[in-house]
Amino acid sequence: MSTTVAAPAIARTAAMPRSPMQLAVRRFLHRPVAVAGLLVIVLFVSVAAFAPLIAPYDPVATSWSAIRKAPSLAHWMGTDENGRDVLARVVYGARASLLAGVVAVLIAAGIGVPAGLLAGFAEGWIDIVLSRIVDAMLACPFLILAIALAAFLGPDLTNAMIAIGVSTAPRFMRVARAATLDASSNEYVEAARAIGNPGWRVAVRHVLPNIVPPIMVQGTLAIAAAIIAEASLSFLGLGQQPPAPSWGSMLNSAQRFLSQAPWLAVFPGLAIFLVVLSFNLVGDGLRDALDPRGR
Amino acid sequence: MLAQIRAELWLDRPLPVQYLHWMGNVLQGNLGFSWRIRQPVAELVLQKLPVTLQLGTMAFIIAVLIGVPTGIIAAVYRNRFLDYVANGVGLAGLSTPNFWLGIMLILLISVQLGWLPPSGYVPLTEDWRQSLATTIMPAFVLGNAIAAILMRHTRSAMLTSLDQDYVRTARAKGLREFVVVIRHALRNALIPVVTLGALELGTLFSGAVLTEQVFSIPGFGKMVVDAVFNRDYPVVQGVVLVTAFLYVMLNLLADVLYVVINPRLRGA
Repeated sequence: MSTTVAAPAIARTAAMPRSPMQLAVRRFLHRPVAVAGLLVIVLFVSVAAFAPLIAPYDPVATSWSAIRKAPSLAHWMGTDENGRDVLARVVYGARASLLAGVVAVLIAAGIGVPAGLLAGFAEGWIDIVLSRIVDAMLACPFLILAIALAAFLGPDLTNAMIAIGVSTAPRFMRVARAATLDASSNEYVEAARAIGNPGWRVAVRHVLPNIVPPIMVQGTLAIAAAIIAEASLSFLGLGQQPPAPSWGSMLNSAQRFLSQAPWLAVFPGLAIFLVVLSFNLVGDGLRDALDPRGR
Repeated sequence: MLAQIRAELWLDRPLPVQYLHWMGNVLQGNLGFSWRIRQPVAELVLQKLPVTLQLGTMAFIIAVLIGVPTGIIAAVYRNRFLDYVANGVGLAGLSTPNFWLGIMLILLISVQLGWLPPSGYVPLTEDWRQSLATTIMPAFVLGNAIAAILMRHTRSAMLTSLDQDYVRTARAKGLREFVVVIRHALRNALIPVVTLGALELGTLFSGAVLTEQVFSIPGFGKMVVDAVFNRDYPVVQGVVLVTAFLYVMLNLLADVLYVVINPRLRGA
């Protein structure tokens, strides 16, 4: 009798996730909209990675006999004002956008998270100085700050990534600081201090791993914002420079030919919309999956 | 000659000294001089700012008219079809680059249907009908992302409000659902929405840069982009300073509004 009663309990125990991360993954996978967003992201990353195999034409090769051709079997998304295949440029443009999104967020997190950890853990005058610097940066609207930085550094994709990363760092600092203040009030931090650990070790070994979840959520949502920012800077001529393909610069060119070639404006914009929507869906799904109130 | 110009413009001094000199001028109302446009930057700001303010005000009104009712509907019909539709539309609004939305609207409304002009600006004082015709599309584009954010805030605040005991009491008294939602739940839900909405006013400046480029509106945003490309640094400095100042003032307004609207904070 004891074995028949114990068997279902043992089976349930074996099926239950063993760690908070496994629980979060399971909760994320139970959100079909978030999973759909993740699949779209994987699709775009694959397209960007295998662009030379997927793109039917060279994205910078011009053809004066194929200028502004409507979508057809030969050119699925049509051609632009220089006879270049739009599908090939959209495929290669994914590289610039995704790279800019990820690198900009890595720069932002690399600056913001240590600053926030330091401000939240050290407190006192260090916290005051860092918080005032962040307040000053947040006082300027994000895109205007990014434009000013990109203009100062020069129009280039790398400089655009740096400008977006530096402009986004204050948000990471705020999230990291708030999470650090919350984590530092826990008893395990007090215990770590009590046994004689130096401050830096307590911050890195005990506090930092526990502030990763909100930073992951912020990072995913920040990638979406960074992709829009890169497209915006490229649209203004401050990002990826022609003839290299970029969704933003394609939209800038498309403006001049709206009545003759409307397809030039549809496909790059649709690509930006799908990628950004997917990252927002994944970010929302992560937020729900990592919410401690759902445990 | 070059040395003389550098000395006149203080370019031969150390950077901190140049910065202090510029700050001193700013405190006296002198934002510098645009050598390209041959006008003081302060005059340029006074010329262009009203255009962006008109656009921003219209955008905010549109955002409130779309975002708040949608948020109320999403909260009242929580976890049902209308809620999913509202959330989906809100997320789509947040994910749509505003310059692409502007281009698509020009394509549909101006090129295909011919209802509105695709670009340009007519001052409100010159011809209010033409002014509305040239600014309604850019204002919608600018207000679109704000509407999505307001919808989310309103939905969240209404859900909290609708769970309160006083709402349950109002329903138990036999009041119509419309009265319960609007007169009881919404009044308290609007407190955080108004203050958070005031904070979003600052993001209008970011959006205005791109929207004014798309619709060729000679506002603040277009001025900063032109100044960046022309290396007109005094204009860039002046615009960034004025924008940051207005942003801080809007944040202060949000803090003041929060105390004014929330009676629990007035006595503190």
